[in-house]
Amino acid sequence: MSDNYYEKKDLADFPNIGEYAPLQGEKFFEYYGVSTGAGKLTEREKALIALTTAVTHNCPYCIDAYTNKCLSLGLSNDEMMEAVHVGASMVAGITLAHSTQMRKIIKKKEM
Amino acid sequence: MTNAEQQLTLLTNIEGVENFQDKLKSSKQHPLQASQVEIFQINVGKRCNLSCKHCHVEAGPNRVEMMTEATFNKCLEILKKTPEIHTIDITGGSPEMNPYLEGFITEASALGKRLIVRSNLIILMDLKYKKFIDIYVNNKVELVGSLPDYHRDRTDKQRGKDAFDQSIRVLQLLNSKGYGKQDSGLILDLVHNPVGAYCPGDQNALEYEYRNRLKKEYDIEFNTLFCLTNMPVGRYLKYLIDSDNYHDYLNELVSFYNPKAVENVMCKTTVSVSWDGKLYDCDFNQMLDLGMNDPDSVTLDDFDIEKLNNRNIVIHNHCYGCTAGSGSSCQGALD
Repeated sequence: MSDNYYEKKDLADFPNIGEYAPLQGEKFFEYYGVSTGAGKLTEREKALIALTTAVTHNCPYCIDAYTNKCLSLGLSNDEMMEAVHVGASMVAGITLAHSTQMRKIIKKKEM
Repeated sequence: MTNAEQQLTLLTNIEGVENFQDKLKSSKQHPLQASQVEIFQINVGKRCNLSCKHCHVEAGPNRVEMMTEATFNKCLEILKKTPEIHTIDITGGSPEMNPYLEGFITEASALGKRLIVRSNLIILMDLKYKKFIDIYVNNKVELVGSLPDYHRDRTDKQRGKDAFDQSIRVLQLLNSKGYGKQDSGLILDLVHNPVGAYCPGDQNALEYEYRNRLKKEYDIEFNTLFCLTNMPVGRYLKYLIDSDNYHDYLNELVSFYNPKAVENVMCKTTVSVSWDGKLYDCDFNQMLDLGMNDPDSVTLDDFDIEKLNNRNIVIHNHCYGCTAGSGSSCQGALD
């Protein structure tokens, strides 16, 4: 075992995540493939969505994989960063929207 | 990184990378055998007006290796008596900088074979070499032009300052001559290769982007886009090592290994000839000084089509570059 929780080489282990639960693993990869492959949306559009999700969920493996994929598909650095800002602003908005709960409780509790 | 022996040492026993030979054995594709030789690829010299960062030939303005007229003539003799070879594929360096290219094109086009020149395009802006545009038109030469990316900054990073804008001007000029236009009979294909340590994406998706952006922004048309994987050879190998990307890149190529792509690799139907008339399985083996398996097939003087059709191809770990994903060859993806 390594002392690090995240290791770059573990990205190569992703195809093995079905270990101990092969049926679920198989179903997941089938779903994953259909979901991320070109459909009504292009592969480029889906790669940007995936990159944004990876960044907002702090997944180093997915950030690595989808930055490479976006580069491979010819997306510019500006386009990738713009997509990250969509994610960042959504996270900020979602955080601030939850302050509604806080504000409601404050108003109820304060004299 | 000009020493082939040094490059081969680097490519041997890479940590975490299964030898390409063992990989072929595991997919029951070893030895890799040639089929009918149909393509005669000639590297006419290493001189080039550019010094691109990814160039496996390590071509540049100071290189002096150039094919002589006598060697060109030997090529012509072989091509005349070998009807099985239907395609002549000229590469470099910048082929236009070889003083005997014009004469060779004129004679080769009379053979009625498919005649391809791989051009960096930018050379055709130079007053000394601009004449080649008409030479290509008159001889119905198929042009394969390099345009690594449709983003100006990325192309310039790889090829040098103003490379993108100059390429665009040449493409517009070629279009005005009919190249890349439907039904003109003048074929203009483009080459994309990644500007960095990553593999090219889906060829159809990239062709769609190239076509739309070049048409919309520059009114440029072309026939087909070829996506080429950068080979860990020459200047690109040095870049991978200097940027600490070597192991990651090789591991990525291995992880994308596709046995189906092996079936269609270009070396199976190609013979590669170097500027000094030596025979190789491909242009990459040429730069690594990996001669043919058969010790009697060394130069053009030894050319024997039957022997070449039945040869075993010399492989090494750089071959992962041609078998990753959809595969890669001088004709783009292999699927």
